[in-house]
Amino acid sequence: MVLRKTLLCTAMAALGFSAFVSAAEITITCGNVGKEQQICKESVAEWEKKTGHSVNIVTPPTSATEQLALYQQILGSGSSDIDAFQIDVIWPGILGNHLIDLKPFTNGAEKEHFQAIVENNTFKGKLVAMPWFTDAGLLFYRKDLLDKYGYEVPETWEELSEIANKVQDAERSAGNKKMWGFVFQAKAYEGLTCDALEWIDSYGGGDVVNANGDITVNNDNTVKALEMAASWVGNITPQGVLNYMEEDARGVFQSGNAVFMRNWPYAWSLSQNDDSPIRGKVGVVALPKGGEGGKQTGTLGGWQMAVSKYSENPEVTADLVMWLTSKEEQKRRAIVGSYNPTIADLYDDPDVNKASPFMGQLKATFTNAVARPSRATGANYNKVSTAIFNATYEVLSGEQTAEASVAQLEKDLKRIKRRSW
Amino acid sequence: MTFAVLQRSGSPGKTHHSDLTMEKIRSAWLFLLPMIITLAAVAGWPLIRTIWLGFTNANLTDLTVTEFIGFENYLSFYEGEAYGLLVDPDWWNAVWNTVWFTLVSVSLETVFGMGVALILHANFKGRGIVRTAVLIPWAIPTIVSAQMWGWMLHDQFGVVNEILLTLGIINNPIAWTADPDIAMWAVIMVDVWKTTPFMALLILAGLQMLPEDIYEAAHVDGIHPVKVFFNVTLPLIKPALLVAVIFRALDALRIFDLIYVLTSSSTSTMSMSVYARQQLVDFQEMGYGSAATTLLFLIIAALTVITITAGKLKLGEEA
Repeated sequence: MVLRKTLLCTAMAALGFSAFVSAAEITITCGNVGKEQQICKESVAEWEKKTGHSVNIVTPPTSATEQLALYQQILGSGSSDIDAFQIDVIWPGILGNHLIDLKPFTNGAEKEHFQAIVENNTFKGKLVAMPWFTDAGLLFYRKDLLDKYGYEVPETWEELSEIANKVQDAERSAGNKKMWGFVFQAKAYEGLTCDALEWIDSYGGGDVVNANGDITVNNDNTVKALEMAASWVGNITPQGVLNYMEEDARGVFQSGNAVFMRNWPYAWSLSQNDDSPIRGKVGVVALPKGGEGGKQTGTLGGWQMAVSKYSENPEVTADLVMWLTSKEEQKRRAIVGSYNPTIADLYDDPDVNKASPFMGQLKATFTNAVARPSRATGANYNKVSTAIFNATYEVLSGEQTAEASVAQLEKDLKRIKRRSW
Repeated sequence: MTFAVLQRSGSPGKTHHSDLTMEKIRSAWLFLLPMIITLAAVAGWPLIRTIWLGFTNANLTDLTVTEFIGFENYLSFYEGEAYGLLVDPDWWNAVWNTVWFTLVSVSLETVFGMGVALILHANFKGRGIVRTAVLIPWAIPTIVSAQMWGWMLHDQFGVVNEILLTLGIINNPIAWTADPDIAMWAVIMVDVWKTTPFMALLILAGLQMLPEDIYEAAHVDGIHPVKVFFNVTLPLIKPALLVAVIFRALDALRIFDLIYVLTSSSTSTMSMSVYARQQLVDFQEMGYGSAATTLLFLIIAALTVITITAGKLKLGEEA
C-alpha cells in the first residue's frame, strides 16, 4: 500500500516536474560597452545549463539615449519580443508602467542590496528592477606619468588642469605628439549630462533640478563649473571630445594618449588586460573637487535588470534576473569586469578587492554619488537631460558663454516644466 | 494623372457624352481604382493621421489619454510666455540648417555632376568601366557610407587626419564631426561624395539625347568649346538638369540618416527630420513631433511648387 502510494507520488511528481522544465526560450538585452556583452553571455550560459531554458541576447545601441528610445517603442507597443531589459538607473520612473513587480521572486534578496538603489527601483510600490551593478564617475590617471614629472594626484579641477597641461606639453616635446591631458564624454547625449552634473555638483552648484522639482541651475557655481570645463577643450582635451562617448574616451586613454580620463569603473579591468599598453600604469581616484571649497562627487550610474509586463514567460525570466543579480554573479562580474556590486558585503570581499583595489577604497564615492534629476522630472527626464547636455555642449564648443547658456537652460527647463513635471 | 485621362477621354465642348465615351470613362476609373486605394492607404491615410496627431497632445507613454488641443503644438501662451513649434528656436535652427545644407550640397553636386557627366560623355578607352565605377558611392547604402566616413573622419584614429598630418597640411588633428564650425561642412562633403554620381547620371542621360549635328555645325564654324558649352549644351540640357536639381533638392530637404549617423542629434547640424525624430522617438511626443512633421511636409511642398513654377516660367520664356 505504502509502496504503491510512493510510486504514485513519484510518478506524479515526475510528470509535474517534466511539465515545469519544458524548456522556455526567452530574450533579454545586455549592454555592450567594453566586455559587458561577453560577460553577460557567460553568465547566461551558466543559467541555461542549470535550468535547460535557452536565452537569446539582443545587442542594443551603445548610446543610452538611443537605448531608452528603442525600449520605449518596444514596450509602448506591448510587444513580447523581449522578456527582460537591462535598464539604466534613471529609467525605472519612465518605464515602470511596463515592468512587473519582482518582489514575489526575490525571497528577500533585495535586502542585501544598497537601499538607495532599491528605493530608486521602486515604482508606485512595486520593485520593478533588480540592481545589477552600480556606477559612479571616476578619475583614471597615469601613475607612471605623474611619477615621472613629480606630481601628486590632483585634488581639485584647477590642479588637474595645471598638471594635465604640463605633462601634456612635456610629453609632446619628448616626441609623443598625440598626448592629451584629459579626456571625458562630451558628445550631445546622456553621458554629457552625467559629466556636467559632476562638474556642477563639485563646485557646489547643486543638481540642476532639486528633489522638489525646483529648477536650481542658474547660479554662479554652475557657471564657474562650466567655464572650467570649457577651458579644457582645445587645450588639454582634443576638440573631438565633443563627439566622444565612453568607449571613444577609453580608446584614447588606453592607447596611452591621455594623462587623465573621466569614466565609469568598467574601464579599469580593460586597462589591466594583457594586451593593454597601459597595464599596471593606471590609478583610480574619486573625481576632483571644484576649487578648495568644493566637494568630491560622481554621478550615480548603474544598471538594473527588469522583466517586461508583456513577457510570455515572466516566472522563468524573473528566475534568470534573480540569478544574474545574485551575490555569486555580482562577485564574478566585479572580478572579471570590474562592475561594481550593488551588494554592500562584496565591498569587503578580499577577492573583489584584489582584482579591483579601488572598489573598497572608493566605497564612499559609490554610496554618496549624486543622482540625476530623474525622479523629480519623471517622464520628462529625457527632455530635461537633452536640455542639459545641449546647453553644456554649447559652452564646451565655444558657441555660447557659460553665463548665457545657463540662463537659456533655465528658460528651456521652465518651458519643459510649464505647469508641472 | 486621373484628371488628365478623364480630360482626354471626354471630348471638350460637349456636354453630352456618347455611350462609348461613358463606357471608356467607367473602365478608366475601374482600372485606376486599385491604384487609388493603394495610394490612399499608404500615402493618404498616414499623412492625414499625422496632421491630425499634430493637433493633439498624444504621448507614447500613454496613448489612451490623447486629447485634441487645437493649435497648441504650434503656438500657445502660458503666463505671458509663448510656447510651441513656431517659437521654438531649435526648430527654426533645424529649418535653417536644412535649407543651408540643401542649397550648398545641391549646388556643389550640380557643378561636380556636370563635370563628371561631360567627362563620361567623351569617347575614351574603358569608358564603360569608369561609368560603372563612379556609381559606387551612390550604390552604397547611406547608413554604411555614413558610418564609414564617421570612422575616416574620427579625430584621433581617422585616416583623413592622418593623411593631412603626414602631408603637413594641418598641424593638429581636426575634429571633423565635433567642431560646430566644421561639422556641417563635413556632412555636406560626405553628401556631395555620395550623390554626385546620381547627378552625373541624370545629366549624362540628358547629354546623350543631344543631336550630333549641332556640334558638327559649331565645329565647322570654329567656335570655341567653352562657348559651345554655354550657348549650345547648357540650354539644351536645361530640362534634364532642372529635373535632376528638383529631385535632389527634395531628397536633401528630408535629409536624416547621414546627419544622424555622423553627428547624431547635435544642434549644430540638426535637420528638420532629425528634429522631428527627436520629438517623436526620444521625447515620445507624438503630438508635437507630428506637428513638426506636418510643418516639414508643408515647407517641402511649398519649396517644390516654387521651384517647379520658376522652372516652368524660365522654360516657357526660352520656348
